[in-house]
Amino acid sequence: MTESIASLGKYTIAALQEIGRVSIFILRSVRSCFYPPFFPWEIWRQMLAVGFYSLPIVGLTAIFAGMVLALQMHVGFTRFNAEGAIATVVVISITRELGPVFAGLMVAGRLGSSIAAEIGSMKVSEQIDALLTLRVDPLKFLVVPRIIAGLLMLPFLVLIADIIGVMGGFLVSTTVLDFSSGSYIAQTVKNLELMDVVSGLAKASAFGFCITAFGCYHGFSSDLGARGVGRATTSAVVSSCIGVLVLNYLLTALFFGK
Amino acid sequence: MSKIVFKDVHKSFEDGQKVLNGISLEIADGETHIILGQSGCGKSVLLKCLLGIFPIDAGDILVDDLSVKNKRTYSNYIKKFSILFQGNALFDSMTIVENVEFGMKQIRRDSSAVIKSIAQEKLLSVGLESRVFNLYPAEISGGMQKRAALARAIAIEPEVLLFDEPTSGLDPVTGGIICNLLRDTVKKLSITSLTITHDLKVAQFLSDRASILNKGQVVWTGHTDDMKNCSNDFVKEFYHASCVISKKTD
Repeated sequence: MTESIASLGKYTIAALQEIGRVSIFILRSVRSCFYPPFFPWEIWRQMLAVGFYSLPIVGLTAIFAGMVLALQMHVGFTRFNAEGAIATVVVISITRELGPVFAGLMVAGRLGSSIAAEIGSMKVSEQIDALLTLRVDPLKFLVVPRIIAGLLMLPFLVLIADIIGVMGGFLVSTTVLDFSSGSYIAQTVKNLELMDVVSGLAKASAFGFCITAFGCYHGFSSDLGARGVGRATTSAVVSSCIGVLVLNYLLTALFFGK
Repeated sequence: MSKIVFKDVHKSFEDGQKVLNGISLEIADGETHIILGQSGCGKSVLLKCLLGIFPIDAGDILVDDLSVKNKRTYSNYIKKFSILFQGNALFDSMTIVENVEFGMKQIRRDSSAVIKSIAQEKLLSVGLESRVFNLYPAEISGGMQKRAALARAIAIEPEVLLFDEPTSGLDPVTGGIICNLLRDTVKKLSITSLTITHDLKVAQFLSDRASILNKGQVVWTGHTDDMKNCSNDFVKEFYHASCVISKKTD
């Protein structure tokens, strides 16, 4: 009994310490975003890595999500003769939830791992120590550009994902389900509200912050050696995905909760 | 006059392992000093403590009377150093010339063109050909990487140049060429340098004055030629073991 309580206490303390370390790292990183020097070229490089190079995977996910959603809604809605609502449900689901969450999870898998692996390898090969001796704050050079890129480029990716996802629904509805393209587009535009898109983009920005911050944190705190970098990579993906899902609920409750 | 002063420096890690156990050492301005010791004796940790990468538990390290522990003056303190890392630590995402430019851009207000031309000049001065300037570190040999890392280190015009195992991972011929290059560079710049190595040959070649580290303490300091006459058992063992290896490899 005493041992169980002791181990429970040990795990609780370890968890609290980890939360403390993550919080301090994030606070220091955010503070670093507001004072020079800035590294514009590095920010641009990271924006390309986050935004441009993630487009194919996010686009592919979005088009299939839209297509599957249209098919599923058709099956469900024919049960109570509400097929006319498919366009509305597809566009609202994509813009509010599926676009941001799928893009967030895809980018978490692709980018969270690559950030942690890159920074972890830099730590192992003493490149981070080299930055210090070249009078460069590693937080400003490695973390700030990635966080800024995540904050700015995830909404851009989600906007593209929204358009592609809605197009996927449109394609299936007009070619497989025999909807008229004119009425589908009219329904989509008529029932889409600005808040649907804006809330999705705001979520995307928060996800971008979460993914890049966790990726950087795990990279910086990785143990030395290939095993340490591998563990950091896994932890970065897991914690980014969990972060995306938790933030999604909290932001949904904030935007649309009672 | 002392440039670097280690005052009873202690350092332990979180697992309780004591790595530095009261290091006291003075290195004069303009001196080329070597720290010798077996693998795992705390040489690299001492270097990282000197740079402030690892905080020290007790004692102090002073460079021109600036303490490594003083956070307010740390930016001035770290400006005095430049280091040639054991694994070179060139930035993978930058070309060779960009690696050299990167450090210079942090301290110089010159235009990009001027910085680029100085960087190219530094690379030529360490014997690199212009064809490698725009290659990435992974695309060149270990010896070339070492030269590029040296060019990056001297480009920021440090007051103290640190070398961490400068010949590790290099074949004897390239190691010899790099040793010559380091000696010539330090001589030409007339600056203080501190080299960490386990190789007695390298120590004798680069410097006159050396210290030997054992179990986190400095057990001997003196002229490298006097090492063979030292009465300390560890120093005798270290010297003879190094000589035996040298003879066998010769």
